[in-house]
Amino acid sequence: MNKAEVRHIATNYIFILPAVALFALFWLYPFLKLFQLSVFEWDGILPWNQAVFVKFRHFRDLLRDLSWWQSMRQAGFITLIALTFQNALALALALACDKGIRAARAYRMIYFLPPVLAGIVVGLIWNWIFNPFDYGLLNYWLTRIGLGHLARAWLSEPKTALICVAIIHCWRGFGWGFIILLAGLQSIPRELYEAARIDGANAWESFKRVTIPLMVPVFVIVIILTILGTMQIYDIIIATTQGGPHFHTEVPITRMLAALRGSSRFGYASAMGIVFGLILFVVSIVHIKVSQLVKQE
Amino acid sequence: MRKTLLSIFVVFLIGLSGCASKQASTVESSKKVVVWHWLTDRQDTFLELAKMYKEKTGVDVVFELYAPSDIYSQKVRAAAQTDTLPDIYGILAEKKDFSSFIKAGHVANLTSYMEQNNNEWKDAFFIKALEVNIFESGNEFGVTPGIYGAPLDVMNIQMLYNKSLFKKAGLDPENPPATWEEFLEAGNKLKAAGIRGMVSGWGEIWLIGCFAYDYAFNIMGEDKVIATLRGDVPYTDPDWVTVFRLFEDMRDNNLLASGIVTMVNKVAEQAFANERAAFGFNGSWGVNVYYGMNPNLDYGVMLPPAYSSKYPMRVLGGPGGSFMVNNKSSNREKAIEFLRWFTSKNQQAYLAKETRNLPANKESLSVIPPILSHFADDMDGTYHWNNLPVVEKPQVTEMFSKGIQAIIIGEKTPEEVASEVQALKERL
Repeated sequence: MNKAEVRHIATNYIFILPAVALFALFWLYPFLKLFQLSVFEWDGILPWNQAVFVKFRHFRDLLRDLSWWQSMRQAGFITLIALTFQNALALALALACDKGIRAARAYRMIYFLPPVLAGIVVGLIWNWIFNPFDYGLLNYWLTRIGLGHLARAWLSEPKTALICVAIIHCWRGFGWGFIILLAGLQSIPRELYEAARIDGANAWESFKRVTIPLMVPVFVIVIILTILGTMQIYDIIIATTQGGPHFHTEVPITRMLAALRGSSRFGYASAMGIVFGLILFVVSIVHIKVSQLVKQE
Repeated sequence: MRKTLLSIFVVFLIGLSGCASKQASTVESSKKVVVWHWLTDRQDTFLELAKMYKEKTGVDVVFELYAPSDIYSQKVRAAAQTDTLPDIYGILAEKKDFSSFIKAGHVANLTSYMEQNNNEWKDAFFIKALEVNIFESGNEFGVTPGIYGAPLDVMNIQMLYNKSLFKKAGLDPENPPATWEEFLEAGNKLKAAGIRGMVSGWGEIWLIGCFAYDYAFNIMGEDKVIATLRGDVPYTDPDWVTVFRLFEDMRDNNLLASGIVTMVNKVAEQAFANERAAFGFNGSWGVNVYYGMNPNLDYGVMLPPAYSSKYPMRVLGGPGGSFMVNNKSSNREKAIEFLRWFTSKNQQAYLAKETRNLPANKESLSVIPPILSHFADDMDGTYHWNNLPVVEKPQVTEMFSKGIQAIIIGEKTPEEVASEVQALKERL
């Protein structure tokens, strides 16, 4: 390699150095630091040299932490509701708007309003709806229509609290799915539908044989975003139930916050973060693989 | 080409150095005293006091408000890690974390200043207000004994009752329930009159734990409570089961408002101020909150009705907030001087008058409204978790309070909760 080539290569490296350094500083370093934190006992206040190395004790404790696994199950339940009802609603509305219903543009704006609201604001709105006192909207209307016996403290009863949180999350989240699905539907060439109609396909057959196969990549994106977004839910819970009653609406992020803020266990919270990240990673990979298989078939 | 490369390198270095620069407040600290706090309702009064101090001494004091309190708390922790704490700040944490701040060298020991001129500064405070900032010799955290903060105000948490709603339910507003039986009876009378019983922020687990501890002190006394924290008495002890059972009693006698287990204290305060519940379990800070929401609210203050006559009824109390001086600040002495002035009689009286909070300086009590006097009268009998010789592990405290929520919603029995809490304590 002559001098000019070395200079050429060095120049290239120098050009990418700022990007690499920023990536290392703001992504790679925190990521590695998380692993380091997870094997130490540290309260986040004492100097780092006073942190105690505990090997994999936090991971072992996590396996036995019932409230953690309960929070995983509950986040899984909300995700299941979001994957089914939320996305079914988003798809139905996207199909309706794609068919050119009247005022479709206005609907697009309205449906996309909840996702742009902060989780805390959404929580406040639904706190008022579910409020157990007489000014709670839901209980007020139940009473007005003669179903007063159904009125209850929706967010405080174990049977209803998690479902209510899931409903709030779906209300807030369906706009995202709607926009992505609508974009996907609009990218399907109209000629395919015309060809299907000429071949004698009715609306259902067009949907089954044209829309669904061409929408598989979009479904994959929507499903992955729904899983990742819902499993990481927390702001709505903070604004409505604080994880209660008992542990009935706790989710992984609220448990991490409890470990960090409630008891200053940075190492334990980091171990939770790693396990949670790994689970989401595995779920996403499995989903992508399954989707690829479905598409091939 | 060389020039281009050099320019890129310089821009990159400037970028990196920008990332590493310290906060403005620290750099400029030699010119002014910077105070960080979380007390939204007191910001205006603090600014007024800062103006007065500037006129008196020529020293600029800047109050920087960061709210809500959990965000403030995270900010202080992050600043401690990066050595960018301001000259004066408050620590919102349990005593163990407070001790970590001290051991990391972030908090000045104020003992010698407090003891100057025959304990002049120290003796001005209610001892209950100062206690939380004191580390005695032989403390379990290994902190050098001393006084590490100056209290701003004091608080305690008691039972409030709405006099108008009492009248509507046929209860005597001048003689609120004094025993547990009378309390339960009041719950049923209120229910019969269509009035909600009690509201409180029991979705925030510390407040539900506070209510339980009040009764633990009343039923088993301080020594047994401390023995439990030490691990010498199990939570399955009949006295603790009795404490847990009180919540079942309250639920069964219609004393607890619907939704109380997920209620945040702000919502509870609104409900009490708007006369939607007859009882409120809240701190002395509520006086200012209620005044802001409903100046005509007619209410009284009482100790939670005693369950047992064996031990006195005690309530949680101590400083509402304290300020610490940054030991590493180049403005340390200026900050201490300001804090001394800030917590002295006239300034405390001004603060108490403007914000309707109990002053930490006992010489300033004459200006407080009558309703606050009731809180002040019971200050001597208060306890505070951070003043007990042993502190419970946060995980156990969480299980304890969440367990009580489970009792209230009828999901678990007092015995089951007691066993679960004890099992967790033994495992940790």
